[in-house]
Amino acid sequence: MPNFFTDNPDLLFHFDHLALEEVVALVEHDYQQASVYDDAPTDYADAVQNYREVLTLAGQIAADFIAPRAAQVDVEGNRLENDRVIYATGIREALDRLGQAELMGVTLPRKYGGLNFPTTIYIMAIEMISRADASLMNLYGLQDIAETINRFGNEAQREQFLPQFASGACTGAMVLTEPDAGSDLQAVKLQAYEDAEGTWRLRGVKRFITNGCGDILLVLARSEPGSKDGRGLSLFVCRSDETVKVRRIEHKLGIHGSPTCELQFNDTPAQLVGKRKFGLIKYVMDLMNGARLGVAAQALGIAQAAYEEAVRYARARRQFGQVIANLPVVANMLIDMRVALESNRSLLYAVAQWVDRRDKYGERAAQLRERGESSAEAGERAKQATQVAALLTPLVKYVLSESANKITYDALQIHGGAGYMREFPIERLTRDARVTNIYEGTSQLQIVAASGPVLKDLLGEHFAAAEAKEYPGHLSGLAAKLQEIRRLFLDSREVVVAKADKGFEEVAARELVDMYGYLFVGYLLLEQAQVDSRKVFIAKRYIVSALAEARKRAELITGDNFADVIHADKILS
Amino acid sequence: MSCNSIVLVKQVPDTANISGQVMRPDGTINRAKLPAVFNPEDKVALELALQLKDRYGGKVTALTMGPPKASDLLRECLSMGADEVCLVSDRKFAGADTLATSYVLSRAIAKLGPFDLVFAGRQAIDGDTAQVGPQTAEKLDLPQITYAEQILELRDGVITVKRRIDDGYEVLRAPLPLLLTVIADAALPRPPRAKRLMACKHVRSLPELERMVDANSLLYIDTLVDEYVQQGRFIRTLTVDDLEVEAERCGLAGSPTKVKKVDSVVLTGGNHQRVPATREGLGQLVEELMNDRVFG
Repeated sequence: MPNFFTDNPDLLFHFDHLALEEVVALVEHDYQQASVYDDAPTDYADAVQNYREVLTLAGQIAADFIAPRAAQVDVEGNRLENDRVIYATGIREALDRLGQAELMGVTLPRKYGGLNFPTTIYIMAIEMISRADASLMNLYGLQDIAETINRFGNEAQREQFLPQFASGACTGAMVLTEPDAGSDLQAVKLQAYEDAEGTWRLRGVKRFITNGCGDILLVLARSEPGSKDGRGLSLFVCRSDETVKVRRIEHKLGIHGSPTCELQFNDTPAQLVGKRKFGLIKYVMDLMNGARLGVAAQALGIAQAAYEEAVRYARARRQFGQVIANLPVVANMLIDMRVALESNRSLLYAVAQWVDRRDKYGERAAQLRERGESSAEAGERAKQATQVAALLTPLVKYVLSESANKITYDALQIHGGAGYMREFPIERLTRDARVTNIYEGTSQLQIVAASGPVLKDLLGEHFAAAEAKEYPGHLSGLAAKLQEIRRLFLDSREVVVAKADKGFEEVAARELVDMYGYLFVGYLLLEQAQVDSRKVFIAKRYIVSALAEARKRAELITGDNFADVIHADKILS
Repeated sequence: MSCNSIVLVKQVPDTANISGQVMRPDGTINRAKLPAVFNPEDKVALELALQLKDRYGGKVTALTMGPPKASDLLRECLSMGADEVCLVSDRKFAGADTLATSYVLSRAIAKLGPFDLVFAGRQAIDGDTAQVGPQTAEKLDLPQITYAEQILELRDGVITVKRRIDDGYEVLRAPLPLLLTVIADAALPRPPRAKRLMACKHVRSLPELERMVDANSLLYIDTLVDEYVQQGRFIRTLTVDDLEVEAERCGLAGSPTKVKKVDSVVLTGGNHQRVPATREGLGQLVEELMNDRVFG
C-alpha cells in the first residue's frame, strides 16, 4: 500500500534523527499523563513510537486517499452557491477522513481532544498532506488557529472551541487581510466595537481569506477608534453565522481546492482573545510565524511530489534509444532537485525543533512563574530559542518556497512538451507552488524579517563552534569551503554596515540572508554526512554550489551593484 | 436494540501490489516478499459491524484464525474501533482448507458466547473461494445472507438486508442470529483512529508473549500473561486445547483439498494484426469480432 511516510527515506532519516527528548518531556509534563490517557506515552521511546504510528497513518491516508483525488479537486474547485461555499468533493471527503482518523488536532492538548504532539511532528504531517494535495494543506494547516486560541485565549474559549477543531467537526479561518491591508497589516480597518450590552461586534470587509467559509473565525480588527497603527488592533474569535457573508470566492492560478473568500461582517458578535491592543503585535505575529513554518512544509511537500513525477517520467520516457534519466544532463537536473529537497528538509526540521524549544520552554517558564518557582533556566532557554526561531522561521519560508518554484520548474522541464499539457500532474504542482512564496508574507518580507538577526550575526557563536570542530578527512575540504563562505559573509556584511545606506542595506539583505542560509544548512549537512555515507554526496554538491553562489553574492555587494537603486526613476524612465 | 457482532477477518498477502521479486520462477509465491494486509472485504465487513454498533449500540468482536503474525491484523481492528479481538492460533490448525477453517471458526464462535450477527467478507483475495462464510454458517446451523450490500433495518430481532444478485439486487428479511457475507461496495472502511492506534500498540497475543519469553530467560509466560491481562493489553488467544474440536477435522488433517499442481502461466504478446484506420478497415474489424462472437 502506498505511504508517503514509509516511502520517503529522507523523511524517515529526519524522523530517526530528531532530538526532541527535552521537548517531549516538557510537552508530556514528565510523562505524568500516561496514567490518565491510554494514548499518552510512558517515556521518550514510547512517545517516538506513537509519533511513528501516527505519521504512518497520516502517510497512508495522504498517499492512498488524498493524492488520488488531487487532480479532480484541481479541476472541480470550490463553488459559491447562495452565499455558501461548497468544497470540491475530494476536499470534503479528505477532511472527513482526517477527522475520523483523529488527525485534525495534532498539537492540541489531550483534554481538548488533541494528540498533544510537538510541532515538529505536525510539520511532518503537513509535508505529507501537501505532497498529496497542496490545496488541502491550506485547510489542514488551519490547526494553527486552534493553537492560537489555546495559547492566548481564556479557558472558557479553549473549552468552547478546541474540541470542535480536534474532532474535525469545525474548520476555521485566520481573518487578517483587507483590500488595503495586505503585507501592511497595520492598516487593518475592520471595526470592532462594544454594543450597549457590552458584547464586542465586528463590522467591515476582509479579503483573500483562506477558508473564510470556516465555522470559527479568528479576526484582526481595530478596537481602538481613531488609532492608525498596529497598536490599535485586537484579535477576536467568532462563530460564522448569518451576519457573516461570503461575498465572493477568488479564481486562482493554483491551490484550487482551497477556497479564498471575501467576507463581510455585519455587526457579528465576537469575543476578545487575550488582551486588547495586542492583536497584531503579539498574537497575529505568533499565528503568522506558525503559518510560515506550515507554508515552508507545504512548499517542500509540493517539491517532493514534483521530484517524484520528474523521476518517474525520466525513467519511463525513451528518446535517442534510451530512457532520458540516463542522459547526463537530465540526471544532473534530478540530482540538483534531490539535493535541494534534502537540504530543504534538513533546514525545515531543524527550524521546527527550534520552534518546539521556544514554545515548550516558554510554557514551562510561565508555569514555573505561576507557581512562584524559579523560572530562570527555562526562561533563558526560551529566550535563546525565540531569537533563533525569529531568524530561522522567515528564512525557511523564504528558502523552501523559492526552491519549490525552482524544483517544479525543472520537473516540468524534464517532462518537455508533455509537462506543459494538462495530462500530467506536474503542471498542477507548478501552479500550486507559485503561491508559497507570496502568501503568509512574500519572500521579500521574509528577507526583511530575517535580515535584522543576520546583520547582527545572531548565529556567530554557533558557526564559530562548528568551525572549531574536527571533521574526518574526506569532509575537511567541505568544512574549509564553509569557512570560506563564512569569511565572504562577514566581509560582505562589513561592506553593507560601513555604507550606512538604508536603501542599499535593504536590497543587499537578500544576498546576506542567502549566505547565512548556506552556512546554516551547510553545517547541518556536514553533520549528517558523518552519520550517513550517502549524505556525503548531498553535502558535497550543496556546499560546493553554495560557495559558488556565495562568491557571486559577495561580488554583487563589494562591487557596489545596488548603488543604482536610488536612480530607479531614471533607469526606468 | 443493541446488536453484538462477531466479524471474521483474515490477513492475506497483498496481491494487489505484486512486485518483481514476489513470484518465484516456478510460479509459486514468495510470501516473505509480499506484505500482509487486511483482506479488503473483511475490512468492509468490520466497517458494517461498526456502523451497526454506531446506530444501535452493542459490541463488535473481531475473530481471526492465523499464525502469530495475524496479531497485527487484530491490532488494526482495535484501532478501527473493534471492542474485542480474538486470535485462533495453533500449529495444529495450520494448512487448513475452507472446510477445516470453517470448522475451527465455528467452534471458536460458539466459544465466544452469544451474538446477534456474524459478519464475514464475501471472499479473500488469496483464495477467492467465498466458502468460509457460508460453511461457517452451516456448521453453526445459522441462516445466512451472502453478498450483502446494505443493512436497511434492524428491528425486533429481524434484519432487513439488500443483497447483490447478478442482474440487480434483492431485499431479504431474516431473524437473528444470522451470518452475513459482505461485498466490497457495501461501505468504505474507516481509517484507524490515531488515539486508539497509540493505545493499542502494546497489545499482544499469546504466541507473541511466548516469543518474548523464548528470547528472555527472566520472563515467565504465566506471569507475563497475567500482567498483560491486568493492563488490558492481552489479545485473547484460543488454541486447540481451548476449543472442543476433533483433531482430525483441523488443519491439514481435516482438509480434503490438496494442491495437485501449480501452473506458471506467462502471458506473452504474439499474433497481432494491424487494421488500417479507414472505414473499410474498421468495418472489417467489427465483422471479424462479430464472427468470433466477441460481440454481436
